Amino acid sequence: MSRLRPTSERLAPAALLVATLVIWQAVCTLFNVSDFIFPSPMRVAEQMWEHRTTILGHAWRTFWVTMVGFGIAIVVGVLLGFLMGSSRLAYNAMYPLMTAFNALPKAAFVPILVVWFGIGIGPAILTAFLISFFPIMVNIATGLATLEPELEDVLRVLGAKRWDVLTKVGLPRSMPYFYGSLKVAITLAFVGTTVSEMTASNEGIGYLLISAGSSMQMGLAFAGLVVVAIMAMAMYELFSLIEKRTTAWAHRGSQGAG
Amino acid sequence: MAAAFVDFRNVWLAYNEELLAQGHFAVEDISLQVGEGEFIAIVGPSGCGKSTFMKLATGLKRPSRGTVVIGGQAVTGPLKITGMAFQAPSLLPWRTTLDNVLLPLEIVEPYRSSFRSRRAEYVDKARKLLQSVGLGGYEQKFPWQLSGGMQQRASICRALIHEPKMLLLDEPFGALDAFTREELWCALRDLQAAQKFNVILVTHDLRESVFLADTVYVMSKSPGRFIVRREVDLPRPRDLEITYTPAFTDIVHELRGHIGALRKTGAEVAQ
Repeated sequence: MSRLRPTSERLAPAALLVATLVIWQAVCTLFNVSDFIFPSPMRVAEQMWEHRTTILGHAWRTFWVTMVGFGIAIVVGVLLGFLMGSSRLAYNAMYPLMTAFNALPKAAFVPILVVWFGIGIGPAILTAFLISFFPIMVNIATGLATLEPELEDVLRVLGAKRWDVLTKVGLPRSMPYFYGSLKVAITLAFVGTTVSEMTASNEGIGYLLISAGSSMQMGLAFAGLVVVAIMAMAMYELFSLIEKRTTAWAHRGSQGAG
Repeated sequence: MAAAFVDFRNVWLAYNEELLAQGHFAVEDISLQVGEGEFIAIVGPSGCGKSTFMKLATGLKRPSRGTVVIGGQAVTGPLKITGMAFQAPSLLPWRTTLDNVLLPLEIVEPYRSSFRSRRAEYVDKARKLLQSVGLGGYEQKFPWQLSGGMQQRASICRALIHEPKMLLLDEPFGALDAFTREELWCALRDLQAAQKFNVILVTHDLRESVFLADTVYVMSKSPGRFIVRREVDLPRPRDLEITYTPAFTDIVHELRGHIGALRKTGAEVAQ
C-alpha cells in the first residue's frame, strides 16, 4: 500500500526529474547550444517568469476549455458506456463503429469544426471531448459487461430486473474502471485542446506555442509545453487520489482467494 | 410420495433450438420427487449436467420436454422461494459482510418495498443468521478481510436471508480445504435442522453427499441422466464421527462403485 512505500520509492519521481534537468542543462552549456534551437532549462525558467502573466492567461483558457470538453466527455462517455454495457445488442452494434471512430486522428476534425463553429472555444472544447470520451465509454461498458454469471443467477432467481442488476452490481463494479479511465482521459483532453488551439484559436497554450515558435521564441514555446504538462499531471494526480478514496476496495486484492 | 415438494417428470433440456433439432440434450429424462424438507445430493462426474439441473430447479431455464412442479406450482419463471450459492462466494467487494447478506432483501418482494422502513429489523435478522454460522463480529468486515471458508459461510447466509423454501448449492465447498469443508458441513447441517428448508446439493464429494443428504442421486455424463437413487438411512443428527463408521463407508463405497462403472464404460449403467 502507498503509505508503506519506502522513502526512496516516493522520492524517485522527483529525483528523476532533477537528474533530467541537470543533464539537459549540462548538455546545453557544454555544447553551447543556441537558445534559438534548444533552450536550456534555465532559459525556459527565465522565459516563464518573464512572460508569466501572458502564460497564465493562456494556461487558464486552456484549462477551462479542457475541463468543459472533459465534462461533456464524462457525461457522454458514461451514457454511451452504460448503453453498451447493459445490452449485448448495443455492445455488438456500437463497438466496431466506435473503434473506427477512435482510430481517426482528432486533429483532422479541427478544420471541419472551424467551419461549423468558427475560430475560438467551440473547436477546442469539441476536440477535447472527441479525444477523451472513448476510454471512459469503453471502461464503463467493460465493467458492466463482465459480471460473473453466477452472481447474475443469484439475483435473477430473486426476481431482479436487468435494471436492478445494473444498479446494485454493475455500476459499483465498474467504478474502478471509470476512475481509471478518467486518469487517461484527462491527459488526452489536454492534447485535444492544445492541438485545436494551435490552428483554430487566438488564445490558449496551443496558440502561444504557435506564435512563440513563429517568432523564434523557443524558450517561451518550451515554457508553454511545461505548463500543459504540469496541468495534465496535476489533474491526473487529482483523479488518482479520488480513485483511491472512492474505490479502495478494488485496490486491496480480490476475493478470488476463496 | 403423492405431495412431493419438488416434482420433475421426464424432464429433457437442450440449450437451444439447434441442439434440440440435433437431439443433443444437456439432461435427459430426469424424474425425481423430493419431499418437503428433504435434503438431496446429486453427485456425478464434471460436466454431467448438474448445473443444468440447478437452472431447471430455479426456473432460470425452462425444460424442452417434461414438467417441473415445485411447491405444487408448475415452474414458469425464476423461482423466488429458492436461494442459491456457488463454489465462488461471489460476494460484492464494496459491501460489508452484513450488506452483502442483506442484498437479496433489497431485491425480492415482499422485503423490497419495506426495506427502508423495516431496515433495523432486517439487519437484526441478518446478524442472527451470521451469528448462527459463526460469523458474529464480522458483520462490518469486507469480503477481502475474510478467509475463504468465512466468505462461503456469508454466501450461504445471503442465500438464506429471504427464508427460501429451497436452497440450491452448486459445489459450495469445492474450493475449501478438507478441515474447513467439514466445519461447513456441520454449519449447513445445523441450519437445515433448525429451519427445515429443502436442499439440493450438487457436489462431486461422495462423503459430503452421504454425510449431509437424505437421498443421493448419481448422475451420468452427457447425456445427463439419473442412474442411481440411494437413500441414506443413517440416523440424524449426524456427527462427523459417523463418517468413520462402516455403515457410512459402505454407502460411500457403493456410490463410488457406480461412478467407477460410469467412468469405465462411459455409457449408461442399468439401474
